[in-house]
Amino acid sequence: MSVVVPRTLTDALRAMAANPSALLLQGGTDLMVEINFNHRKPVDVIALRKIHELRAVKIDGETISIGAGLPYQEMESGQIAELVPALGQAARTVGSPQIRAAGSLGGNLGTCSPAGDGLPVLSALDAMINLRSANASRNVSIHEFMVGVKRNAKQPGEIIVSATVPIVRGWQGFAKVGVRNAMVISVASCCLVVDRTKGSIAVALGAVGPTVIRCRQAEQWLSTNVDLKQDAMIGAKLAKEFGERVANEARPIDDHRGTAEYRRHAVATLASRLLQRSGAR
Amino acid sequence: MSIDNEIYGLTVNGEHHQVKDAWIGESLLYVLRERLGLPGAKGACEQGECGSCTVIIDGQAVCSCLVMAATAIDSEITTVESLAEKYGLTAVQDAFITEGGVQCGFCTPGLIVAIEHLLNKNAEPSELEIKEAISGNICRCTGYGRIFEAVTTAVATRKATQS
Repeated sequence: MSVVVPRTLTDALRAMAANPSALLLQGGTDLMVEINFNHRKPVDVIALRKIHELRAVKIDGETISIGAGLPYQEMESGQIAELVPALGQAARTVGSPQIRAAGSLGGNLGTCSPAGDGLPVLSALDAMINLRSANASRNVSIHEFMVGVKRNAKQPGEIIVSATVPIVRGWQGFAKVGVRNAMVISVASCCLVVDRTKGSIAVALGAVGPTVIRCRQAEQWLSTNVDLKQDAMIGAKLAKEFGERVANEARPIDDHRGTAEYRRHAVATLASRLLQRSGAR
Repeated sequence: MSIDNEIYGLTVNGEHHQVKDAWIGESLLYVLRERLGLPGAKGACEQGECGSCTVIIDGQAVCSCLVMAATAIDSEITTVESLAEKYGLTAVQDAFITEGGVQCGFCTPGLIVAIEHLLNKNAEPSELEIKEAISGNICRCTGYGRIFEAVTTAVATRKATQS
């Protein structure tokens, strides 16, 4: 087994090109658990923790690009939380302070578990994921990036560099259900983004399907029933029906964290509440 | 830099250590305890849930079980062992004793590190900030009441000794 600790993205890409089967290690919150429990015995590891370029945040007025290695603690408050409030909220629900000092969007994307807390936010915002290899760079839509349970579109030799999302005018929020308040993985999660400029709404669900799910039918239904360009009070009846329509698009399973029935109920409630919060004045 | 000769150096509590004859995929927690003779950080869940293994790496409180030791070659690592070295017990450690914040003691080193880290950033945290700061440290004995008391006492002691 070998461990490489490159200082620059260029060095990391060179190491990946030399050994495309090497495992990438970012914050360690997934991979080290597998190693500690002997579920995985890696042959070669490229650790990304020393690469400052992967922690860069770039704002161009209309979009914000977040480095794949930026720890969640940097998104809890400050500029990112102000410009992308749903991401700030999701960041604050991740694990514990120790986990938020290590975990990142790149880790969530690389592992591609449907329960990754950053992923519903990236989905609701139609994020573009930048992937780089030694001699190429490409941008992939989050919807094409997430392929299945713990499967993504990253090719051997590629490193996830950043996620770029639009700065949207309108309310946005993230909510999740877990077994207690702190230090918990999502049993079900939901991100809702209202785009006042376009008059549209986006809803994405986590932990209720093989990948994060976008609820296109519920989004369409709501935008034809409510003028989302205007300030509108959302009534309880409308919010309830919206929640039910969102839940109909979930594809939950029974597992050790919860039953499919509970998860469907949970996402209906989360979506309904988030919609009501979006209209609260 | 690439490490494949399985000998690497770590800087722990200001001292340089050589890690030899070790599998290179070992966690920092394992290396601290089993290779470097620093058993202060405790291993319980080994999946980042319990916080018993909390150490400071480059100014951040992290779970040492989730750090591959060989990737920490150029980092400053601080463990609970370093806290009391020069001045006897710290105010936080002392308060854990006087307030009864220690029962079985297994979670104590991780909690001490997490609380020292909090108070170094925020000398007078609110109750919510204290709860948030130790939300990644699980204690199954105390019910946390005595631990909150200990933090309150430590805050007062630190304030009195600094002014």
